Amino acid sequence: MDFELMINSFPKLLNATLITLKLLSASLIFGLFIGLLFAILRINKNPIINKFAYGYSYVFRGTPLLVQIFIIYFGLGQIEYLRSTILWVVLKEPYWCAIIAFSLNTGAYTSEILRSAFQTIKPGIIEAGQSLGISSKIIFYKIQIPIAIRQSLPAYGNEIILMMKGTSLASTVTLMDLTGVAKYIISTTFKPIEVFIVAGGIYLFMTFIIHNVIKFLEKKYTY
Amino acid sequence: MNIIKKFSLGVLITLFLSFSANADKIKIGTEGTYPPWNSKDASGKLIGFEVELAWTLCRYIGQQCEIVEQDWDGMIPALIMRKFDAIMAGMSITAERQKAISFSQGYADEVASLAVMKGSDLESMDTPAGINLTKPNTAAKKALKTLTAALAGKTVCVQTATIHQNFLDSGDVGKVNVRTYKTQDEVNLDLASGRCDAALAAAVAFSDYAEKSGKPVVLVGPTFSGGAFGNGVGVGIRKDDTELLNAFNKAIDKARKNGDISRIATKWFGFDASM
Repeated sequence: MDFELMINSFPKLLNATLITLKLLSASLIFGLFIGLLFAILRINKNPIINKFAYGYSYVFRGTPLLVQIFIIYFGLGQIEYLRSTILWVVLKEPYWCAIIAFSLNTGAYTSEILRSAFQTIKPGIIEAGQSLGISSKIIFYKIQIPIAIRQSLPAYGNEIILMMKGTSLASTVTLMDLTGVAKYIISTTFKPIEVFIVAGGIYLFMTFIIHNVIKFLEKKYTY
Repeated sequence: MNIIKKFSLGVLITLFLSFSANADKIKIGTEGTYPPWNSKDASGKLIGFEVELAWTLCRYIGQQCEIVEQDWDGMIPALIMRKFDAIMAGMSITAERQKAISFSQGYADEVASLAVMKGSDLESMDTPAGINLTKPNTAAKKALKTLTAALAGKTVCVQTATIHQNFLDSGDVGKVNVRTYKTQDEVNLDLASGRCDAALAAAVAFSDYAEKSGKPVVLVGPTFSGGAFGNGVGVGIRKDDTELLNAFNKAIDKARKNGDISRIATKWFGFDASM
């Protein structure tokens, strides 16, 4: 065990963790919007809208994240027409390609989590609102959404942790995130065990934080 | 319970048999994605200069061999962890790598070169045909200056953990935006898509790609050798494995004398890259 290498690589890896956190937070924010939108589309009664939303979540939950990020980064880069459009400004950058792939992926999972949360709301709660003469719009925003968010917290916490680990795939499209920098250090020292132990420790610490924040929120919003 | 016992016994026997069958074979690790050094044909079989040379060297050593695949970025760690006994993967002999493993004498040499897509403004660089960085002369120093100016702020793509990455990281051509990829294939893809302003690798890797893909990839600037680019390509072997190192050195001597190395090199490279 080369402890000196572990100590020396720690600040470099910590620095790279910033990129990991940026990727994670951007993807989660976009993903939450996508997820909420598609969850609402999923519970829509119109069969075309609801099949479309189902198709999206089916495709993105049914294929590996690595394949998705490769299709968006290397695949779209091969289409000559696309390179002459304004879209290329975004798709040229590995950073945005990674965020697009991560957002679409976590969005699909989030939409399923929220959909099942909406569907577990007891009809009696909505009926109680209706009997008080509250409009269905207000029932949706003030009753259904808050309950759905509380219901989905445990599952969503899991999704955040999965996504956090998923960001390590950003290193496959040249980004220098935590895993990318770990691989870089290994490429000059040839000592994978030491460096990956430190990187793994940082991932574990992030999981610890996320896990506890979610636990705190669950307790706070318990009813 | 009985079933579990029988099953684990079966697993143990299989493991034992597979170990004992491989005990006296030399395992050689290669990458399989770096043509013409080593690559795979359509059926997934390993082919290339080093694959053919490996079989020849094993014949001279007089021992059975097995060629195994390993991702480039884990090549040296895998050797150290005894996943195989020797590396033949277009790996240049450099001082940095020699801190971790030993190398046999070199069996072939390659020059590195920058490549761009046709129409790039880097095509107009005025540099000598080739520079050696071991003891750079005035012409070489001038060429490095020209490159520094031309590459400023540009994105240059390389495969990770290569001599090409080391060279760009060394600062000899100033501060360029280095992007690293797991395989040379991915470097080629992003060079063609326009994400890279230029790429740096073995000159043959680009000419091979241009020929097979039909993409307008052109070599620019000088060819590089020496210095960070190492002293030829050799067989990588664990430091404590001197017996195997001697065996490979002797086999390379014999293969060179009989003209095997230059024959195989000419077949795969189109010119004699042996040394």
